Amino acid sequence: MSFLLAAAAAANPTAPAGFQFTPALGMFLSFVLVTLGITYWSARKSTGASNYFAAGRGITGWQNGLAVAGDYMSAASFLGIAGMIAFKGYDGFMYSVGWLVAYLTVLLVVAEPLRNAGKYTMADVLAYRLSPRPVRAMASLSTLTVSTFYMIAQMVGAGALVKLLLPGVSYEAAVAGVGVLMIVYVVFGGMLATTWVQIIKAILLMSGSLFLSVLVLKHFDFSFAKFFEAVGKVPVAGPDGTIVHKDFLKPGLIFGLEVTKGWGPIDLISLGLALVFGTAGLPHVLVRFYTVPDAKTARVSVVWAMAIIGAFYIMTTFLGFGAATILTPANISVENMSAPLLAKALGGEIFFAFISAVAFATILAVVAGLTISASTSFAHDFYTNVLHHGRERGPGEEVRVARIAAFVVGAVAIFLAIKLQTINVAFLVGLAFAVAASANLPVIVLSLFWKRFNTSGACWGLGVGLVGSIILIILSPSVMDPNGKGLINAAPWFPLKNPGIVSIPLGFLAAWLGTILSNDTTSQLKFDELTVRANTGIGAEKATAH
Amino acid sequence: MPDNPNSDRDLTPLVSAETDVARLGHSSPPPAHEQTADEDADVVDWSRVAAMDEFKSLVRAKAAFVVPATVFFVVYYFALPVLVGWFPELMERRIGPVNFAYVFALSQFFMAWGVAYVYLRKASQFDDRQNAIIAKLDLPKGGKSK
Repeated sequence: MSFLLAAAAAANPTAPAGFQFTPALGMFLSFVLVTLGITYWSARKSTGASNYFAAGRGITGWQNGLAVAGDYMSAASFLGIAGMIAFKGYDGFMYSVGWLVAYLTVLLVVAEPLRNAGKYTMADVLAYRLSPRPVRAMASLSTLTVSTFYMIAQMVGAGALVKLLLPGVSYEAAVAGVGVLMIVYVVFGGMLATTWVQIIKAILLMSGSLFLSVLVLKHFDFSFAKFFEAVGKVPVAGPDGTIVHKDFLKPGLIFGLEVTKGWGPIDLISLGLALVFGTAGLPHVLVRFYTVPDAKTARVSVVWAMAIIGAFYIMTTFLGFGAATILTPANISVENMSAPLLAKALGGEIFFAFISAVAFATILAVVAGLTISASTSFAHDFYTNVLHHGRERGPGEEVRVARIAAFVVGAVAIFLAIKLQTINVAFLVGLAFAVAASANLPVIVLSLFWKRFNTSGACWGLGVGLVGSIILIILSPSVMDPNGKGLINAAPWFPLKNPGIVSIPLGFLAAWLGTILSNDTTSQLKFDELTVRANTGIGAEKATAH
Repeated sequence: MPDNPNSDRDLTPLVSAETDVARLGHSSPPPAHEQTADEDADVVDWSRVAAMDEFKSLVRAKAAFVVPATVFFVVYYFALPVLVGWFPELMERRIGPVNFAYVFALSQFFMAWGVAYVYLRKASQFDDRQNAIIAKLDLPKGGKSK
């Protein structure tokens, strides 16, 4: 509905000429209609807090696996990594590896204890044996920061992308359309609608990528030898304008020592640390484990998600190298358009439309997940537990506050995304992961496994992890650039684009120092209870009957 | 009332007082309105479970798998940027139609799936041991959700 309005606004006489009903628009609209139908269905079922925040804890293992994958694989992965491989070859592929490996941390360390001991948010686990109000306030601040940064990066990308895919729709209309849709899903449909939007997106993304990969291999007569031979000599423009052939399997075009004045490999390790430790601290990923009936299902769903996410990132080889060899970088207008243009070249206008709709679905599923995790944390952690000492003042108050929060978060994201149109905000994704890895993960892990850990340690860990990551990003080449490409026009003070290698140890150090410098030992009283609950699931939240 | 000598005393039974004895002939917990203060406090005596040998060995067994598995995958994963960054000759060695760099990056996916598969098998053993502990505790049906 909202997107129809946005489209109608773009179609009115003041809109730029050239707007027309393309197959891509048709597919966008069908996706919107289907998801709004799901939202209507969910809205009738989403009564009560556990239904609204956790889909009644009735999502099955494979469903949640698809939803985790749909929640996690953003347009930055789909279009961004395919584009990176198309333009820079091997380094782009290496970049994609960490996104899967990160799920081992989720699987081995976080998913099951979280499901066993928590209710709606990651702060539930922290609040168990630490003093609830300060810890929840800090955790909520960190959650809102991570979600908002990540969301703004997604929305700015969405605006730019929809503008490219649907000629005639302005940036503002695209951002507003995406924002209003995500608000509608979350406010009316809650976690259940969000889950199904993510499941459908994951299915669309996987089938689109699989079909495109098959088309690429068909182009090379299904011969890997021919395919990799072509990857070995991709024509690119040399420094003097002539065409030179480059081996795209050779590492070093992004992170090489020469390209980055020696900092590349360290930056890559730093990024890897943020991925491997940050994914297990991303609030929108963590809340997904509350939607399943028990810890065993949570575990199974992580494995499903790993199967899907891994298969997808392996396929980026074909999407990215396919675009590099079949189209060649010279024929691709913008890096992010590599996959859609490849689809157009190999599958025609209709397949281009399908891949465009997949990209659109990808963005919507991710921002909806971010919105619900941010609003849940605000309502459950901050409003109910910090402001009102854990008591609802009326029936359904927490859900009502969450709905209002989702509306506000969405509106703020739309506003900021429109304001930041001309700024390269890709660094905000790195910042979200850095904060998750440096603030959230250390306190989750220490709270689960270190008996001596206490409230002071948690607050210091969250605070230093959060502030440290932000300061290091501001001083990094992503923000400070002497050539005017960043927000600050000056030489960077910190050499790395990814602060993880410094900020993660800093977060752990602060959590440890904060603990030992305080003689608060009350947190040890409930350590047995938390350990038993986390390891056995006794007393864990049950699924509500649907 | 005024002549009751106990009127100024708190009549709430003392926790763990002599009156708190098990009811004869009942193995299941009493209904809520008959519960003593002790029973009503929490259905699970968390410290007792934490002190059970079965529980302690379960936690140890989990750690004995999770810690080495985590160290393994972290080392394997970070070997990639380290090798790419500082050992380019090794990474450019050809293997069939591709090079070692590509094979090693691709192997990361199978490594991750492999660790996940082994954990899944291992975790079902943990589930059995966990269920044995819960069965031994003889908790009321459904447990108490607080």
